[in-house]
Amino acid sequence: APLDYQLAPEFSTNEKKAPYQAITTYNNFYEFGTNKGDPARYAGGMSVEPWTIEVDGECGKPGTYSVEDLLRPSQYEERIYRLRCVEAWSMVIPWVGVPLAEILKRLEPNSKAKYVYFETLKDPEQMPGQRSFFSVIDWPYREGLRMDEAMNELSFLAVGLYGKTLPNQNGAPIRLVVPWKYGFKSIKSIVRIRFMEQQPKTSWEMIAPEEYGFYSNVNPEVDHPRWSQKRERRLPSGVLQPNWIDTVKFNGYADQVAHLYKGMDLQRYF
Amino acid sequence: MTGLKVLVFVLALLPLGLLFLDIKNGALGPDPGQAITESLGLAAFQLLLITLLISPLKKLTGWAGWVRLRRMLGLFSFFYASLHVLVFLQLILGWGDLWATFTKRPYIIVGALAFLMLIPLAVTSFRSAMKKVGRWWKPLHRLIYPAGVLVWLHFLWQARADIGEMVAYGLVLLVLLGLRGHWNGWGDLIPLRKTAR
Repeated sequence: APLDYQLAPEFSTNEKKAPYQAITTYNNFYEFGTNKGDPARYAGGMSVEPWTIEVDGECGKPGTYSVEDLLRPSQYEERIYRLRCVEAWSMVIPWVGVPLAEILKRLEPNSKAKYVYFETLKDPEQMPGQRSFFSVIDWPYREGLRMDEAMNELSFLAVGLYGKTLPNQNGAPIRLVVPWKYGFKSIKSIVRIRFMEQQPKTSWEMIAPEEYGFYSNVNPEVDHPRWSQKRERRLPSGVLQPNWIDTVKFNGYADQVAHLYKGMDLQRYF
Repeated sequence: MTGLKVLVFVLALLPLGLLFLDIKNGALGPDPGQAITESLGLAAFQLLLITLLISPLKKLTGWAGWVRLRRMLGLFSFFYASLHVLVFLQLILGWGDLWATFTKRPYIIVGALAFLMLIPLAVTSFRSAMKKVGRWWKPLHRLIYPAGVLVWLHFLWQARADIGEMVAYGLVLLVLLGLRGHWNGWGDLIPLRKTAR
């Protein structure tokens, strides 16, 4: 369905947007399979209405919220962000949603809340990838941010794409978008938000800590052990010519986020 | 026999034909270079496994004719592997970052090693060259065993979260090599070692 929103130009790039077709048919959403086309093929079977989110941990307003209740007081805005996948490709995507900070503040995190932790729906009946015997992911999919990262003005909860309701394969009904980090940090189809004092364990960190760190900031100076992160293929790419561009630190959002990591050794905290 | 050879020839060209159709129809998605590279590599691996199937087929069916398909299948595997390497260099790397790619990326290193092993096999698959290498031909062509294992590793190393498909391919490879070891003795699997036979 079409959404009511306003463009937020100060948070939007004017680079060429990836077509809707590309954004909705080329996805990593392992709950539906590991091929890029699997989510578009199988996510349609996921029921996203009604949808509730459990809020718990170090906050004043824990409880079970319907996604509508959580979002209702907010105004939707459109933000055109770059999304850089850890697999060295990227797309420019027009999201519709609300700043994450706005929602989190409403839940009244207390002084012990140093991290925010998220979970994706776990429902093997609806998610064929979760039924796979050979999957190395310990479901549900988990992600997390440090509190100051979560409160940064760029952190975003998306409910729409190209002005319309988010398709299931893109993380309906509500997903995180953290544009200065590799795509897998932007967790999809969120069912839990937990405020924590300790740094949570995240899914990719649990699988391969030497390859995927908690921070996972886009950084051309830190290679993935199996491939280089210096460049990325901006999709859609041509058949004969790869559309290579240089990867930029913090995915080009250094002005807004570099201060969060002042004094940190980003080779170590990758 | 000729009819069978023509049939296998056409079947072996099928992956390439389907790939061209997909390219023509724009059916490869927003990252066609990746899709083309992957399907060529997979075709090369599948044909390598089919090549390895010939000896057991001969033994199990008692028909020696299978062996006459082997060179063609092996050369097709090499053909797809060569296209895979070229397309990877052009469509994925864009001929950049070569040194780092071939020295630092384990899955690329094992893939490149496997490809290097296949080159002498392709080169010595013709009658004149066969005569030249003489008694070395058999030990040389046993390089296909380690090459097969390296190709499998090359795939496995790229799997990010679900290794089911590569476990299946690994089992096929294990059976194909295991049958040889079981029938001919395990020493028969060692390449570049001259044997009495």
